[in-house]
Amino acid sequence: MYKNFLRYIISVLFLLGVSGQANADFKVGFVYVGPTGDHGWTYQHDEGRKAVEAAGIKTTYVESVPEGADAERVIRQLAQSGHDLIFTTSFGYMDPTNKVAKDFPNVKFEHATGYKREHSNVSTYSARFYEGRTLLGHMAGKMTKTNVIGYIASFPIPEVIRGINAMTLAAQKVNPDIKTKIVWVFTWYDPGKESEAAQALIDQGADVIMQHTDSTAPVQVAEKAGVWSFGQASDMQRFAPKSILTSIIDDWAPYYVERSIAARDGTWKQQDTWHGLKEGMVAMAPYNSAMGSDLVKEVEQLQKDLASGKTHSFTGPIYDQKGNILVAEGSVADDGMLAGMNVYVKGVEGDIPQ
Amino acid sequence: MEVQLIKIEKRNDVSRSIYFLTPVLAIFLTLFGGGIIFFILGFNPIEALKFFFITPISDLYGLSELLVKATPLCLIAIGLSFCFKSNNWNIGAEGQLIFGGIVGGGVALLFYNHDGFYVLPIIILSGAIGGMLFAMIPAILKTYFNTNEILVSLMLVYVAKLLLDYLVVGPWSNPEGFNFPETRQFSESAKMPILFDGLRIHAGIFITLITVFLSWLILYKTYLGFQIKVSGLSLKTAKYAGFKGKTMIIIVFMISGACAGLAGVGEITGPIGQLHRNISPDYGFTAIIVAFLGRLNPVGIIFASLIVALTYLGAETAQIFLQVPKYTGQVFQGMILFFLLGSDYLLFFKIKFLGLKKNEL
Repeated sequence: MYKNFLRYIISVLFLLGVSGQANADFKVGFVYVGPTGDHGWTYQHDEGRKAVEAAGIKTTYVESVPEGADAERVIRQLAQSGHDLIFTTSFGYMDPTNKVAKDFPNVKFEHATGYKREHSNVSTYSARFYEGRTLLGHMAGKMTKTNVIGYIASFPIPEVIRGINAMTLAAQKVNPDIKTKIVWVFTWYDPGKESEAAQALIDQGADVIMQHTDSTAPVQVAEKAGVWSFGQASDMQRFAPKSILTSIIDDWAPYYVERSIAARDGTWKQQDTWHGLKEGMVAMAPYNSAMGSDLVKEVEQLQKDLASGKTHSFTGPIYDQKGNILVAEGSVADDGMLAGMNVYVKGVEGDIPQ
Repeated sequence: MEVQLIKIEKRNDVSRSIYFLTPVLAIFLTLFGGGIIFFILGFNPIEALKFFFITPISDLYGLSELLVKATPLCLIAIGLSFCFKSNNWNIGAEGQLIFGGIVGGGVALLFYNHDGFYVLPIIILSGAIGGMLFAMIPAILKTYFNTNEILVSLMLVYVAKLLLDYLVVGPWSNPEGFNFPETRQFSESAKMPILFDGLRIHAGIFITLITVFLSWLILYKTYLGFQIKVSGLSLKTAKYAGFKGKTMIIIVFMISGACAGLAGVGEITGPIGQLHRNISPDYGFTAIIVAFLGRLNPVGIIFASLIVALTYLGAETAQIFLQVPKYTGQVFQGMILFFLLGSDYLLFFKIKFLGLKKNEL
């Protein structure tokens, strides 16, 4: 009896010691597609990493990792060098992440914006950026004089098309005459191409422009041309103080901290996360007072309603470009439809590049 | 006021052994310069250099990755050596790599879900032919229309990149891939066999070694090799000797393009396994450094490709362990080239101090 008790005590002490050690060694790795100084996508992920670090967890990052053959090696090196949780923050890391996850069952992986979870140690996460687009659409619809809204789009993937549609629907609600003009730049980050696209849209009569790309170039062009604009991914206010009405902010910090702590404490489970305004993964930068206090109040109310679920970005009736019904009156689009969205709604000009 | 007069003179007798030793000297100078940079950045230089140059290859996986990275560099540089030796400045190997990848990848998609030992060889061959045809554009324009091959080959890189963009976004994109800009993963029959379980080193390395051997044979044992060398030393001599310059120019471009195409097809059927927009992290441009570091010599190029590949791996490892900025890898590549060109200059020219002279101005 006494011997057993002693054994129990010793094993508990040993376990405590071991787990204490494990906690101290716990490390989180981040793989970035761009430089941390891009002031957009990667910048915001790095802000999230800093929050994890502030929570007392050691972190490592590797920036500007090409989405080709190199990604797998970098992810594997992080796994091999004692990182317990690895965030791979670009779509192109999807297959490499799953490949490495297979060989490191004890390491947890989190892949941003992908859809493959081939092993139980891979989670995916993304944000409902389209909720932010709804707010942008409301403001754009009210602010435009020419009724033309310019949109710089990156790739014709569901995430981007969802944003275009959400924005157009919200703008139509306050201004039925608006048209959305789109320029596809086929890049996430190319200040040169993004500025040309912004200029082209302004030349076509757009007096509000927005972008689903990562650089600050479009807002800077808008500032010069004296049209309205919106920041993307991070608060870009200082790059175009007069022109920017607000920015959609990707706030990964709470999620990164929560998942890192869960992994450290052994409560991490595979999941597919899609958070929005409600959870704070999508946040809005301060609204520009130039749009008038009434409109600011309206938008703030809409933001609250979207967060609480009272309003949904895709509430029927929604029609496609040919007038076929997509979402019936009185119902809202479900996540499955949103995840695979590949048609424009009525009011968007042009065709989706195929 | 008195000024020091300097005269730069060409040296007549350059020792062959020193000629091949200067790259080694350049590497040591780079290590030294790198150490100083690490010191200024606030890292322990010895430790940083260790993480940069030793840690990445301290296990089997690391060695395999080194070869995975060096394979395309070596292959492209070997091809480029034919062009550069004969005074043809093919700067567009990146485009030829991409075009080879496009053609090879297209064939791989054609054979989707198709088994058979013949699938992979057909893909590899078509990739090589793709690169070859793409390289013939600047060659033919140069020989028959007198265009500048540097400009044409460089501009064609963007043509190839945009074509790849178009294909993976549009007609070739994965039907189940939610419109993301990438093709399907190729079938197993279209992928390079992996040599060791758990490592990424693949059969492409044999293609590279065979190419190195063949190019040595061509360069040093054939009439074509002799022509290439003579044209490189003096175009006028080549003309007097009655060499058919045009054919030779087209042939060296074809060889160079085929090598780059092979590198492209090796990447997409090897570590990548599909086509997407980023099949090459500028291998075609980095290979130019490799070619010169290797003295345009097949064996030299093997060593040079290993060293340049190591600067890539080292930049990653140093960032993971010390959070050294990733771009130090590029700084190292730049330094190697800088020191190589610098020591070359001193090797071929001597600086004479002519003493002080009164400045009359």
